Amino acid sequence: MKHPNEEELIAYHGGEVLQRGAIAEHLTDCPECRAELERVDAVLAALSAMPVPDPGEDYGQRVWQQIASRLPEKRAPWWKLVPGGGLTAGWFGPRRWAAVAAIAAVVLVAFMAGRFTKRTTLTPAGADAAAERVRERVLIMAVGEHLGRSEMVLVELANAQPLDTKQKQVNISAERRRAEDLLEENRLYRQTALEQGDVGLADVLDELERVLLDVAHSPQEVTPAQLETIRQHIEGRGILFKVRVVGKELQQREESPTPAAKQNGSTKQERNKT
Amino acid sequence: MKRMRQSVEATGDSDAIAVERTLAGDRDAFRVLVERHSRNVFRLAYRMTGNQHDAEEVVQEAFLRAYQKLEQFAARANFGTWVYRIAANYAIDRMRQRKSEDAQREPVGRAGEDGIERDPASLVADAAPSPERLAQSEQLANHMRRALNELTPAERTAFVMRHWGGSGIEEIAEALKSSSSAAKNTVFRSVQKLRRSLEPFVERRGQAKAMGTEL
Repeated sequence: MKHPNEEELIAYHGGEVLQRGAIAEHLTDCPECRAELERVDAVLAALSAMPVPDPGEDYGQRVWQQIASRLPEKRAPWWKLVPGGGLTAGWFGPRRWAAVAAIAAVVLVAFMAGRFTKRTTLTPAGADAAAERVRERVLIMAVGEHLGRSEMVLVELANAQPLDTKQKQVNISAERRRAEDLLEENRLYRQTALEQGDVGLADVLDELERVLLDVAHSPQEVTPAQLETIRQHIEGRGILFKVRVVGKELQQREESPTPAAKQNGSTKQERNKT
Repeated sequence: MKRMRQSVEATGDSDAIAVERTLAGDRDAFRVLVERHSRNVFRLAYRMTGNQHDAEEVVQEAFLRAYQKLEQFAARANFGTWVYRIAANYAIDRMRQRKSEDAQREPVGRAGEDGIERDPASLVADAAPSPERLAQSEQLANHMRRALNELTPAERTAFVMRHWGGSGIEEIAEALKSSSSAAKNTVFRSVQKLRRSLEPFVERRGQAKAMGTEL
């Protein structure tokens, strides 16, 4: 083979395969071309050693802080909104939850408004009892919905697992955020239940609050072992079962046409046994 | 090696999940991608632009563009490679803009003022004849910065992607929006120019070291 030209020699240095064997053979016999290749190598090696400043371990976080506010919210396509679309996507996605939380807030406002109306208005005994029933029905609805959402978070955590066997961490940031939101509501409902003398409901809400607090204070990403601990915590307290029982009971009360006061007394007694 | 490949595959899988979640409306999922790939993109951007300020701007813009174009990202592709290419594309535009600004500000011959900041690491004293040590000498580092700065934005991009990023010709062609043969030619031209500029200094230093009479 005749001497390779500069382009061929640089391509050879870069690992390109064209005429590789022939050039390699030529280099063995030609000290001139070997020296030329060494000169190419010396320049590229010097350039490769040029230092690049290290932006730091937290550089990615800084980049996120700088761009996060400039990222428009993406609208999920309708098929992603079907229940079961993933751990955080679709039905359980943040946008959906924002809407549910807004509805819950309206219900809570309605309930609180009812309470204040009662305190400032003098009404006959019959009207007072009717107002009491309406208020209780609103409370039942709101607490029932709150328990339903809490149940969903607990069920998701109880069933959560790495989406891939190679994954070492499970991301529970969405569940954590929802637990934080539920905590505030839970405190309000627990206090109200106590004021109303519904000790059983207050107890269940108290236990739920502790579990929600655990979840809200968990890291965003947990190892399967940490997730197992959270799961045992949920199962150990039997909180999921209690939430389901009370939720079901509240649903029956909401649907029941019987006067609330009568039903109220018996169910409170039953629940206080759980 | 097997473990490394598994780790790369695992990263690719979790990247794909993060992309899917972002597309489903979970904006926070994009954070994972930003935190995972920012440093790598920064290294490319710094080598292309030659200064930290522009490099950081390239990184931010690359992720903003990646977020905007995420619907176009093919699920089977590698997110790291994809955002790397977006960064290379933007860096070319940024370098062209910078060159035109510099040309307007400094009409002719401001030798020695290449507008590139000096990295403190490059001030470390030369102690051994290895290429790493040689590159750390301020004098040679200055020559290298100047030589890189004399390349056209396309040549510099092609060189950085090929020799620092290990990118294939097809990938470079895509970033340069050119044909494969044109990209191959751009890579060659960049190395040829760098050789012309740097060979005398690299050789002289090598010889000086060999003779024990360093400059």
